[in-house]
Amino acid sequence: MSLLEIKGLTCRFGGLIAVNDFNIELGERQMVALIGPNGAGKTTVFNLISGFYQPSEGAITVLGKDTRGMRPHQVTSLGVARTFQGIRLWGEMSVLDNIRVSQHYRCGYSLLDCFLRTRKYMLRETEIERTAWELLEAMDLKDCAHELPRNLSYGLQRRVEIARAMSLKPSLLLLDEPAAGLNSADVEGLIKLVRWIHDTYPVTIWMIEHQMKVVMSLCSHIKVIDFGATIADGSPAEIQANPAVIKAYLGDDTI
Amino acid sequence: MQKHTFTITMFAGMAVLAVLAQLGVINQYLQSVIMLMGVNIILCSSLNLVNGYMGEFSCGHGGFMCVGAYASSLVTVLCFSKNHILGAPLLPDSLALLAFPLALAAGAAVAAVAGLVVAVPSFKTRGDYLAIITLAANYIVISAIDNLEIIGGPRGFMGMNATVNAMNDLVQIPWMLLWVLGGTLFSVWILRRFVSSTLGKGVPAIAQDEIAAEIMSVDTNRMKLIAFMLSSGLAGLAGGLFAHILGYVNPHSFDIMKSTEVMVMVYLGGMGSLSGATLSAVLFTVLLEVLRPLEIWKWVVIPLLLILLMQFRPEGIMGNKELSDLFPKLKKYYSFK
Amino acid sequence: MEFFQHVLNALQFGSFYALIALGYTLVYGVLRLINFAHGDIFMVGAYIAYFVAIMLLGADGVAAGAGLSPGLTLAITVPVTMILTSLVGVTLERTMYRPLRRKGADRLYVVITALMAGLILENGNLALLGASRKSFPELLQKVVWTFGGVSVTNLKVIVIVAAVVVFGLLQFIVTRTKIGMAMRGISYDKFAIPLMGIPLDTIIVFTFILGSSMAGLAGILFAMSYPILEPYMGALIGWKAFIAAVVGGIGDIRGAIVGGFLLGFIEIGVVAVFPSTLRDLFAFSVLLGILWLKPTGLFGVAKTTKI
Repeated sequence: MSLLEIKGLTCRFGGLIAVNDFNIELGERQMVALIGPNGAGKTTVFNLISGFYQPSEGAITVLGKDTRGMRPHQVTSLGVARTFQGIRLWGEMSVLDNIRVSQHYRCGYSLLDCFLRTRKYMLRETEIERTAWELLEAMDLKDCAHELPRNLSYGLQRRVEIARAMSLKPSLLLLDEPAAGLNSADVEGLIKLVRWIHDTYPVTIWMIEHQMKVVMSLCSHIKVIDFGATIADGSPAEIQANPAVIKAYLGDDTI
Repeated sequence: MQKHTFTITMFAGMAVLAVLAQLGVINQYLQSVIMLMGVNIILCSSLNLVNGYMGEFSCGHGGFMCVGAYASSLVTVLCFSKNHILGAPLLPDSLALLAFPLALAAGAAVAAVAGLVVAVPSFKTRGDYLAIITLAANYIVISAIDNLEIIGGPRGFMGMNATVNAMNDLVQIPWMLLWVLGGTLFSVWILRRFVSSTLGKGVPAIAQDEIAAEIMSVDTNRMKLIAFMLSSGLAGLAGGLFAHILGYVNPHSFDIMKSTEVMVMVYLGGMGSLSGATLSAVLFTVLLEVLRPLEIWKWVVIPLLLILLMQFRPEGIMGNKELSDLFPKLKKYYSFK
Repeated sequence: MEFFQHVLNALQFGSFYALIALGYTLVYGVLRLINFAHGDIFMVGAYIAYFVAIMLLGADGVAAGAGLSPGLTLAITVPVTMILTSLVGVTLERTMYRPLRRKGADRLYVVITALMAGLILENGNLALLGASRKSFPELLQKVVWTFGGVSVTNLKVIVIVAAVVVFGLLQFIVTRTKIGMAMRGISYDKFAIPLMGIPLDTIIVFTFILGSSMAGLAGILFAMSYPILEPYMGALIGWKAFIAAVVGGIGDIRGAIVGGFLLGFIEIGVVAVFPSTLRDLFAFSVLLGILWLKPTGLFGVAKTTKI
């Protein structure tokens, strides 16, 4: 059974076809990229997978379960975590709390347990707290555990966001432009971090990224879309040589 | 040790107040002010869950208080007093002590169900539009009761004193004071336990970024349901206590003016702070009593104070901090979770 | 025939709601601010009209009255009231809302300030003038026209016509003039507007003048139709008009008119069939139902969130 299977995914907004007949199949522990010019429909694909939009046609299957009609938190609890193009951390909550709340689906206790502080509650909360600290430790964020995210540097905020997504213990991690707005030193750090995550955890990483340096050094497989349609599919070397890709990015005329 | 200091202090305080009231050191007037404080603390901290922690703008809290007040009063009047429409008492007076908390719970439960009127639309909408829904809900409750002649309509509903008297006949102690203090402790305690749990932290996550919350596995609809129902349920509890303190309720004591009063307390204390809510409820009650000689000017002075507060310290007295965040040394002496 | 009589009454009531709702919607449309004090500005308008009329007429024991004829009094009262009422609105904006806006305060704080300003107007009035109700002098000779069993007073016609004219005027200003374009611009992005060389504060003040003078006009007309004034008269009718504005889709001028008339028709319809005490219950329940089904109101457009 494949981790993620998308067949004939199409999404229309009124007359606009944002995603057209998109197909992909991902197995375990892969690292792939989705690239394309601005407005090509990349983020829409991610939004469709996370259940934020419903597809007009086609099916998305995560670990054998059809996700159509599911709400985003249900899809997430199947093991699909993601980050956002603009950072969307909870700004008024400490970094530690950010990483605790993102394990919400693992609470598993009732309101009554919460009021009475039952054994079950205590067990789950300790578990959540432990996971959070382990992750902060592993991702080198321990020092800022009690800081508010908005007081951190942009690079650190990105790192916290990735940590928050990892706290869901996902089997599929979607990264939406993780290197956007980072300086070159931070980009190096990011590449290292993503590679480390991929080596350490049993997770498939799928990223949208404009910085070719990141994509080429990390991904084994690249998919290119433009105007919602897939125009190329293959290894980094193949993509770099593909005339359709060059045309989509640079236009028709030779410069 | 510090794990229990808070609980011990609270219960000791309650006992001391009760003894002082019993001995007549605290007169009737002071007792009623203390009881009003308790009711206000419940109202303010429960609205804080929605308006502070969840960042919504509910302006119909008085409506839920009204539902709770009428529901619990109806139960006690049915059980313990002779009413010309509802008939003879159903239960012997000796059961009053047992039945009273159940009546309060019933009031809270009915109010929590009424909270659904606001909770369900909140799935689809928020902000200004939800504010209007809460406002309309408040008006609907008041005018529905206005039209229910069986519970007195606009003239109000009475007979709750019979239950209080029945309790006093069993043991002569200041029962209502104890119930109010107990209800207040209960409310603050469950709210504190809720907002400090990972489950409850989903609520401020919704306020700060709802989309991120949903995608990070927080079931936002469920959290909204819990927040609105918990908030309106506790308002119902406050209403039940309030009705039995006065022994008489009128639908118009719960109109938009009451809701505004509670909102004033919430924003005075600071959104997302339980100690702030408690502090501001106490201050506000005292302020109302102190300004009583001003008569109607009181309601010019208080809004003016709040306007000045909004200009110069809009986050309220405590902001979103708790007492132990502002004074970390206090953590040595108590922990309240 | 009774039916047409009800329709006329509904149109009249709807006109009051619509006139007040327009003020809410204008300010909301430009500033995204629910000006909760607006209902009380309407009340202040009615009181201003009362005092101006008394002064001019010399009635009700005012010695300094000018002793003008009712017709002339009306002609002067209308513009004077509209100007004075808009001054009240502008004062609120200058002293309370603008400092908050300058500080970049959260919208919520402005809304609370507005709510409190409303309370001050209500209770300040009560404290200053006492609880006794004022009865508005009759300025317009009542004329009743009867068409086949349906009787219409001239006042009713004036009220309805005023609402329609005001709607047309505002729609024209907002959609066809430069200042209207600036108003719409502010609602999209109030930080970019000053960069385009448009005086932000002037436009906002203009918005408050428009909205408050409409409330003043509604105040006069209301006082002439129901000549009993009391400090809390603005509260209930204001809240209702506000809900009407939201049901229409707040921020949209057509929405305010439609919402206002809808509320008028619901209320009169309920009263025609059921006991009048059920009016508020039904009216609010219907409005709540509409908001359940269409949370952004009839003309409102849902804001799309982008990730």
